Parts: sequence; C-alpha cells; structure tokens
Amino acid sequence: MTISFLLLAAITIIGTAAAMSLKNLVHCVLALTLGLVGLAALYLQLGAQFVGFTQILVYVGAVAILAAFAIMMTRSAEPTKTNESSSFGLSGTLIALIVFAVMAWAIYTGTSALQVAAPQPEASVHQVGVALMHNFVLPLEIIGLLLTAALIGAGVLAMEESRRAR
Amino acid sequence: MNALSGYLLLSAFLFSIGLAGALTRRNAILVLIGIELMLNAANLNFIAFWRYGPHPEALTGVMFAIFSISVAAAEAAVGLSIILAVYRHSRTTDLDQMNSMKG
Repeated sequence: MTISFLLLAAITIIGTAAAMSLKNLVHCVLALTLGLVGLAALYLQLGAQFVGFTQILVYVGAVAILAAFAIMMTRSAEPTKTNESSSFGLSGTLIALIVFAVMAWAIYTGTSALQVAAPQPEASVHQVGVALMHNFVLPLEIIGLLLTAALIGAGVLAMEESRRAR
Repeated sequence: MNALSGYLLLSAFLFSIGLAGALTRRNAILVLIGIELMLNAANLNFIAFWRYGPHPEALTGVMFAIFSISVAAAEAAVGLSIILAVYRHSRTTDLDQMNSMKG
C-alpha cells in the first residue's frame, strides 16, 4: 500500500465517479478520460507495460472520442430531463452499494490472510509479442476476425437508412 | 491487508460505480460507459492477480487483459452505432422512452 497506489486509486475513483454522476454529458466523457488514464497508470505501476499503453490507445484514444462523437451526434449535451437519473435511481445506487459490500467482505476474508510474494515480474513489450506469436496465435487470429466483423457491423448499423431501403 | 487486496478493493469499487451508473442513468450512452467501467474493473483484477500470483512468467493474466480490451473496444463501437441507429429512428437516447420494439 504505497503512496503512489493511493494517489492513482484516488484519481481513478474521482474520475469514474464524476463520469457516472455529472449532469452535462461532455463533462462526463472528460471525467471518464481522467479515470481511464488513472487506470492505465495503475497497470504501468503493476509492471504490465503493454496493457497500460493499450489502455491509453484504445480507451483514452478511441472509446472516449467515440462516446464524445455519439453525444454530439445525438444532441445529448443539452441539459434535458434525459440527463437526470432514472425513476429508480435510489434503488440502483443501493444495489451497487450492496454488491460492493459483498465483494469487499469476500476480498477481506479471502485474501488478507494470504502471503503474497513480491517477485516484481516483468511483462515487457518484447515478451508479450513473443507470447502472442507462439502460445496465443489462435486467439490473436480470432480477435482479428472479431474486430473486422465489428468494423463492418458498426459501419452497416450507422449507415443512412434511406440507402439501405432501395 | 496486503497489496493484492488493495487492488482487489479498488477493482470492486470501480465495478460498483459502473453498476450504479448502468442502473441509474437514463441516457443510453452513459449506460454503455458504465458497462465499459465494469469491464475495466475486471481487467484490473486480471493484472493484479498476474502480478501477485504464483506463475507470472506465463503471462496469462496480461494476455487475457489484452484480449478483453479488444473485445470491449468492438463492443463499444457496435453499441454506439446501435444507439445512433435508434436515435435516427426515434429521436431520443432516453432509455425510459425506448419502450417499443417496432416503430
């Protein structure tokens, strides 16, 4: 439990909590970006370099921008009733709190007695690349296929309907 | 309280924030963002268990996190384009008003 962990955890929690509670949706996306950057820094602190950089590239670079574009194209940024919480806002928060309490109890009783070794393993980009080309070739190909299908599917779904109707 | 449980507690809290957002917000884009946060919490668990687990040289946790991030990216792209298609059809992103499957 070091100072850097506490600092990064605070950044992540503040960013994500603000993303889920602010009224203006553009502010929500900006706060989400902050939280995702904190998470990427946590990955880097844990020694997983490639995952940290992928997190920045994919989430901060692509998903947040995509969400910002979706907000602008659906005109959700204007303050409307839609941006407030739904009719069962209180019970939803209560359910989330109960879920957190159960998980925290399980973590506290399950891992606090555990003696974890701290060998500081390294997952350099070179090692990850070698593993992707040897042990994980098949999942890599399947992920490529899935991303191609998602690219085509997203394009078809977002296409103008009048062009498809003919 | 060791280092692993700190990461696990943070991950559980992130999951709860995402769950609360997905359950309470009315805008479909924010519900999707909440689901992304829950996926991110799972990724943090993978990395923490890889770092403090018994066989870190196998790189299994790192690989699972990388594939999980790619699947989440595909899900976000398809989900947001579905929201755009629904918005073009019914002029709303309010989930409380999306109450009919046809027209």
